[in-house]
Amino acid sequence: MDASSVADQLRVEIASDVDVVQARQHGRELAAGAGFSTGDQTVIAAAISEVARNILMYAKRGEISLGVVANGDQQGVVIVARDQGPGIPDVSRALQDGYSTSGGLGLGLPGARRLMDDFDIASVVGQGTTVTMRKWRRLPS
Amino acid sequence: MATRSKEQRESPPAGIPMHTQDTAALLRELVAHLRQNRTELREEWARRITRAQLLTAMTEEEIFAEATSVYDNYVEALETGTFEALQAYARNLSERIIPRGVETHEVLGIVLLLRDVLARSLFGKYQEDFDKLNRILDAYEPAANRIANTVAVGFVQERERIIRQQQEAIRELSTPVLQVRERLLILPIIGVIDPQRARQLTEQLLQAIRTNRAKVVVIDITGVAAMDSNVANHLVQTVEASRLLGATVIVTGLSPEIAQTLVTIGVDLSEMATVGDLQGGIEEAERLLGYKVLPLEELTPKA
Amino acid sequence: MDVPILKQGHFLIASIQSALSDADLSQLREKLIERVGRFRARGVIVDVTALDVMDSFAVRTLRDIAHMARLRGAETVIVGIQPEVAFAMVQLGLTLKGISTALDLEEGLAFLNQHTQGRLDEKGERGRIERG
Repeated sequence: MDASSVADQLRVEIASDVDVVQARQHGRELAAGAGFSTGDQTVIAAAISEVARNILMYAKRGEISLGVVANGDQQGVVIVARDQGPGIPDVSRALQDGYSTSGGLGLGLPGARRLMDDFDIASVVGQGTTVTMRKWRRLPS
Repeated sequence: MATRSKEQRESPPAGIPMHTQDTAALLRELVAHLRQNRTELREEWARRITRAQLLTAMTEEEIFAEATSVYDNYVEALETGTFEALQAYARNLSERIIPRGVETHEVLGIVLLLRDVLARSLFGKYQEDFDKLNRILDAYEPAANRIANTVAVGFVQERERIIRQQQEAIRELSTPVLQVRERLLILPIIGVIDPQRARQLTEQLLQAIRTNRAKVVVIDITGVAAMDSNVANHLVQTVEASRLLGATVIVTGLSPEIAQTLVTIGVDLSEMATVGDLQGGIEEAERLLGYKVLPLEELTPKA
Repeated sequence: MDVPILKQGHFLIASIQSALSDADLSQLREKLIERVGRFRARGVIVDVTALDVMDSFAVRTLRDIAHMARLRGAETVIVGIQPEVAFAMVQLGLTLKGISTALDLEEGLAFLNQHTQGRLDEKGERGRIERG
């Protein structure tokens, strides 16, 4: 993780539902620029949509930064979703399918985790939540 | 080697060990000898190649033409101590001869033959001066080894590249999506499914559903002996994604082992239509599409 | 972003033209459900060809539309889901279970014609006996 370098950082403020659309469109463009297939671009955009919506739902506002990462001969995108909201008391439960405290489908975070290669949540109750996720480009074998 | 070639052109700075300058001088002498006897050594080499029954896929003219180029590149590599030109040539040569069925041992064989031909000619030239012969062989050997190595590695790398390419092609061929009737696709899967192939398969199928406007897809996995739970999950996802495009999927030919895997991972069987064999699957698909198969006599009106 | 809703016979067709925010989606749901009643529609088609992503909110809204429309007497078909979008959806775990889907508008109309046929005659009167 330390060996990877991040370039092309882009930040999107998340404060309303229109920002969710903005964030995933930027994510799709970034993924396209990094050489991801349209299938993977869609997957990345969907994952961004889920974490952005999570910010909106629980913290009301926050930000998402998007970047291209390189690690050895791998290339990928990294998405960091940050908020200063209430935090998640039980992270492992929040990652269970069907668990939702907002009456949603409960697929947001576990769904995003399934779509990405790396997925990590750091959350402190009363201080906020940071979700970091990455997707690596499948290299032709 | 590369450093020495530099010293060879410029005047060597003080403190360079004697044998390095000596080697450079000897290699220069060697190169001059090889240039002088280019015609006969080349011919001798080509003769030996034919006699050893190497490169049988090529005509004698072709062998001679290639032998000439390799010879010249060889001498150049000895002279300059740089291998880029030889490497590029080896790659180019491999690209041309691999499709004709030339094997690794043949390429190694011809390079070793050239080494032998040249060494013999050195024996002939310096047989009177045993000490000089020894020193010239000392200079020649490492260079010759490195050249043989460069050519062989170049060949093997090219071969590996071609094999990778072919694997990719086979991968694509091994997941054919066939249209057997209007709006009916069949996807017979044979062999081992790894996650990458499973993914490729899904992408191809979903595209094919759209292009062929398919309403029913039969996925036949008779030819798949086993799948792990990852791939089984993937199969379920493929069925679900196809349905999102408006197509019904029928899975046929589930082996007992795969049935076991699907039950173990807890697949929702209400979401997946399965029929025992491919024939049954096609019949079911035709029924869904509104086709009815009748014997001919039932169609001909009775007189 | 307003989604136009067309009335064709007994069917309503909503064709989404571009990416929608959550508010747009909710508005579409309200409008469609209101019109199902107003036009006594028997079928609803939501054309999502233009959507390049469907996340959990979009899918939940489509599911709500289908369920609410059914409660008000209309069958819903979702048409035009793109192959990549479908694949991303199933990986997310969003499968639109129990909701009808079709390849495109044409297929969606054919589906609705077939599935509402038995309950309507040519003039759209209810109560006709189902054809075999």
